[in-house]
Amino acid sequence: MLSAKDLHITFNPGTPIETRALRGMSLDIPAGQFVTVIGSNGAGKSTFLNAISGDLSVDTGRIAIDGEDVTRQPVWARAKRVARVFQDPMAGTCEDLTIEENMALAQQRGTMRGLRGAVKAAQRETFRERLATLGLGLEKRLTDRIGLLSGGQRQAVSLLMAALQPSRILLLDEHTAALDPRTADFVLQLTARIVAENQLTTMMVTHSMRQALDVGQRTVMLHQGQVVLDVAGEQRSRLDVPDLLQMFEKVRGEKLADDALLLG
Amino acid sequence: MSLFSLLGAVEIGLIFSLVALGVFISFRLLRFPDLTVDGSFPLGGAVCAVLISTGTNPYVATLAATAAGAGAGLITGWLNVKLKIMDLLASILMMIALYSINLRIMGGPNVPLINDPTLFTLLQPEGMADYVARPALLLVIVIAAKLAMDWFFATERGLAIRATGSNARMARAQGVNTGAMVLLGMAVSNALVALAGALFAQTQGGADISMGIGTIVIGLAAVIVGESILPSRRLVWATLAVIIGAIVYRFFIALALNSDFIGLKAQDLNLVTAVLVTVALVIPQIKRKLSARRR
Repeated sequence: MLSAKDLHITFNPGTPIETRALRGMSLDIPAGQFVTVIGSNGAGKSTFLNAISGDLSVDTGRIAIDGEDVTRQPVWARAKRVARVFQDPMAGTCEDLTIEENMALAQQRGTMRGLRGAVKAAQRETFRERLATLGLGLEKRLTDRIGLLSGGQRQAVSLLMAALQPSRILLLDEHTAALDPRTADFVLQLTARIVAENQLTTMMVTHSMRQALDVGQRTVMLHQGQVVLDVAGEQRSRLDVPDLLQMFEKVRGEKLADDALLLG
Repeated sequence: MSLFSLLGAVEIGLIFSLVALGVFISFRLLRFPDLTVDGSFPLGGAVCAVLISTGTNPYVATLAATAAGAGAGLITGWLNVKLKIMDLLASILMMIALYSINLRIMGGPNVPLINDPTLFTLLQPEGMADYVARPALLLVIVIAAKLAMDWFFATERGLAIRATGSNARMARAQGVNTGAMVLLGMAVSNALVALAGALFAQTQGGADISMGIGTIVIGLAAVIVGESILPSRRLVWATLAVIIGAIVYRFFIALALNSDFIGLKAQDLNLVTAVLVTVALVIPQIKRKLSARRR
């Protein structure tokens, strides 16, 4: 399904602030698998995700989705296969557009956009049904500007939008990090449900070890732009946060200084 | 103010409402600060006047002028999207280039249209005075342009353009080729402005190299005035607001210039416009400060 081979990305090469964000990062995700990705700040989590989505182009390496090489494809061309939910709730939706217009935009992801009306009556029914599953009353607010919604509501709608059109892989970029704990929990449950219902191949970057172990089937830890830990199945189900922490300290060879990883 | 000068103000207001619709597309929908209009307005006038004065059918001449405007918008978009030149600077480059291009097209600083046929002489009904027929025909054109815009920006393609202006990163993630949408939006925007220039040349007796000076500010003034008269985020209302804004703006300009006691002359037009736009831009800031203080 997703295959990333030996990815290298260096920011500001040849300058004093040179940063080698990815150093031979490789990862294969089979179809239907839900992978969680953890790592401290600067480990390369976001860089890796942005490389898959096409927001960053890799210096060397190869990215293939469904066997097709997408390494040099721009973001919009990859969108046919890649759905994405951003960390910032404001980033994943167009605040000037209405809820139904945002959803229509997502419904047309990967299709040829022509001169037909953007929001069709039949679609509206689908949108209403999907929104009703959130239990937030948004199904009655189709023509409200999405900018009027709270961050959590917008993130929930973003998740629905990601599943409106079939995609080969869903990328979640710390998509609960900007939400309060209760809303974050709600969005996480919703994520698990949508991924299960649509049997989506998913890669979720998270800052929380708890989250990383609670959802999905496989957990990958990044450090200095490489995969340093890759657990799944029985081995993973026996793991708890302290174990993960221990492994983490072992690979780093130092005490963990990043509190953010412990929270949540 | 006489009926004659009132209709004259409405006539020019209607022409500039097409400019305002174009400016609305670039500044509001695409969020692309586009000064190309100062060049594409006289470009439309120049192409149309030259073609008519050399015997081309006025319909064809007007269409050709509109297409020329679309081309100018495409180039500005291309400078920005492909050559990565900052949006404002790209449009200034195009505006400057168009000054020379317009002089080349006209072969001089102006092309008069005195006894040549125009859209307005061809379509003027028997027995209707020209100062009534012209605004009437312009009203039909403006309404048609408004309805076409309302339709287009509600299509899948139109929605993609609006998404590009609102949140380009999200639009790309939804598979929108944002670069192509900027090009398309800029072409439509400048086509409208050039159409206005073509109609202006046909009502004012010719094209002149200086006719474009301050077009962008007048267009922006119309957009801002319209938005404060009829504030709405729904596109159908927003386009109507922009048209009303252009007409109201021209009406007050005519009023100011016609009132002897204020002492303004025609040459003060651009200064008045600049002051008005400045005031309109500052008022929301003052409002925000006041409401913040109250809290």
